[in-house]
Amino acid sequence: MAVENELLLEVNDLKMYFPIQKGLMKRTTGYVKAVDGVSLSIKRGETLGLVGESGCGKTTTGRCIVRVYRPTGGEIIFHIDDEEVNLNRLERQELKAFRRNMQMIFQDPFSSLNPRMTVLELVGEPLLAHGIARGQELEDRVAEMVNAVGLRVEHLPRYPHSFSGGQRQRIGIARALVQRPKLVVCDEPVSALDVSVQSQVVNLLQDLQSELDLTYLFVAHDMSVVRQVSNRIAVMYVGKLVEVAESEELLRNPKHPYSETLLSAVPRPYPHHAMQRLSLEGEPADPANAPPGCVFHPRCRYMEEICQTDVPALTELSPGHHVACHFADQLQLQGIDSASPSGS
Amino acid sequence: MAHDTLLEIRDLMTHFHLQEGIVRAVDGVSFEIRRGRTLGIIGESGCGKSVTANSILRLVPSPPGNIVNGRILLHRGDDSSDQEPVDLARLDPRGAEIRSIRGAEISMVFQEPMTSFGPMHTIGNQIMESILLHQSDVAASDARELAIENLRRVGIPRAEQIVDAYPHQLSGGMRQRAMIAMALSCSPRLLIADEPTTALDVTIQAQILELLTALQEEFGMAVMFITHNLGVIAEVADEVAVMYLGRIVEQSDVNELFDNPQHPYTQGLLNSIPHIDEEKLPRLRAIEGVVPDPYEIPRGCAFSDRCPSFMPGTCDRAMPGLDETGPGHRVRCFLFSEFEDELTEVADGR
Repeated sequence: MAVENELLLEVNDLKMYFPIQKGLMKRTTGYVKAVDGVSLSIKRGETLGLVGESGCGKTTTGRCIVRVYRPTGGEIIFHIDDEEVNLNRLERQELKAFRRNMQMIFQDPFSSLNPRMTVLELVGEPLLAHGIARGQELEDRVAEMVNAVGLRVEHLPRYPHSFSGGQRQRIGIARALVQRPKLVVCDEPVSALDVSVQSQVVNLLQDLQSELDLTYLFVAHDMSVVRQVSNRIAVMYVGKLVEVAESEELLRNPKHPYSETLLSAVPRPYPHHAMQRLSLEGEPADPANAPPGCVFHPRCRYMEEICQTDVPALTELSPGHHVACHFADQLQLQGIDSASPSGS
Repeated sequence: MAHDTLLEIRDLMTHFHLQEGIVRAVDGVSFEIRRGRTLGIIGESGCGKSVTANSILRLVPSPPGNIVNGRILLHRGDDSSDQEPVDLARLDPRGAEIRSIRGAEISMVFQEPMTSFGPMHTIGNQIMESILLHQSDVAASDARELAIENLRRVGIPRAEQIVDAYPHQLSGGMRQRAMIAMALSCSPRLLIADEPTTALDVTIQAQILELLTALQEEFGMAVMFITHNLGVIAEVADEVAVMYLGRIVEQSDVNELFDNPQHPYTQGLLNSIPHIDEEKLPRLRAIEGVVPDPYEIPRGCAFSDRCPSFMPGTCDRAMPGLDETGPGHRVRCFLFSEFEDELTEVADGR
């Protein structure tokens, strides 16, 4: 993974509010603030991991970036071939043409593929839709892509139902990558797969990244998988980023209490070492009715008065390590400890 | 039979007769669950772990599923001489006897709480139904109080209000707690938990695991915990059985299994997951290949087509037995087999 110093994607103050509508007249009675002021950047060739619990807005962030949703506010800027493309300023047709640069890999390989299409049609469809290739050239490019993801040419005339979960996910990957996108949003790409297949797909995604010069936004909830693929990790909680850092730095030296608890909650395969787990009371806040101050304060073990009133800003604590916590520089938090038990 | 055995499964086979052929979902599984202890069952999709659980409660849909062989003995009495065990495999799946056991002596929690709650009734009504059905000494007027108490016990706040809520009004974690409350409402001897935390977030998963451990300590029930997550198994289980394609391939006490995994499949599983407390590896050590189609299970050892220690002429010839390699540690692999002399020689000369 050669991370270049060149920026590929910049997201500034992204907001996605979904209206809550009630009654016959569909009056808007409030908003679900799924994404509330997220700023991030991704370099070319880099993988940014985006972690958080369900409902935290990580998937919505990914979908806004590839413009499945039109965000309520904020800017999404791509830097491609020395050109700056602001998605907000694109006309319909321009946006359609630009979509080949940004693709998505989905969680559920069972529902993300049309059961009535063969592998050839599924993987070839994006090429046809964008007018990139047709006829023999299309078949050649599909065959090449299918080989690259570890399937065989004999699979091309088959339908999705005849494949296992892992193979279907490979089809989904081929479909996303066949147009040679610059940015790929991987939305929980392995969490629906079997343990032994998960590691195969993680390895495949890493191989393809270096072969095809890809940049990933890797959205997932499993810290150990995210760490495996990511250069940097961003932790999200109820619509906001609470911490961003280099992945090893974040794991070893977390500065936000929520990151600390997330790390502590990962079940470890060491039966001897009864974990001193930091248990987290309660459940994530409702993004339609977020608490004032720091959104994490009702569950935070280090909560002080200021946390209930003032929203902490995401500030740079040390180079590259951003935290949104009033006490980030004072707290002594517990990260992973690589000197600790190994199974053998 | 040692008196601390609660459930004893002997050579259980549950097959599904489908148009495409026979699926041997469970094909000769034997294990014991001891009172107050937790047996973890680990395996990937299609390994038969859920069918095993459903066979115990006789919830396998028939047709196409059938228990074609084996015994499922429930030892009720605390002393073996006291009472004859009940063979659940012989009961009528729709009969009165299994229904008096289901939900009372043995109950189950599922991955998706909505599979055990109906959407049309309140949580409280459904828990009360279970209480009134199985505990004839409880008056209808007291059942509601009991339901609230059960909800409180699993850490549901405002239980007296939640008791009137419909399942869809609760969050995933709360639904899971409510399901556990329902499963425990009749103080079962055995709780079967089928991937109870898989659909939950990690912080909620941690809460539920702690809750289950605490409740087990309090009520002394035995637990059969089914999961594919090795970290979860390490945390909750006393003993572990690893399943692959309908058979147990390795079985031992939990510490021994993680310290000294012997079957190549168990080793592969442990190696393939990223370990968060260790140095990051450049690549994950994946197990090659995929779980075979149930109609195309390889000849001989079912894992032979993916096995890094595959021995041609041995592993593709016969199914190895589940042999003891150490105290309480059994492995189904020709690397350890001592039964067939001829085959063992081949194994040594590898």
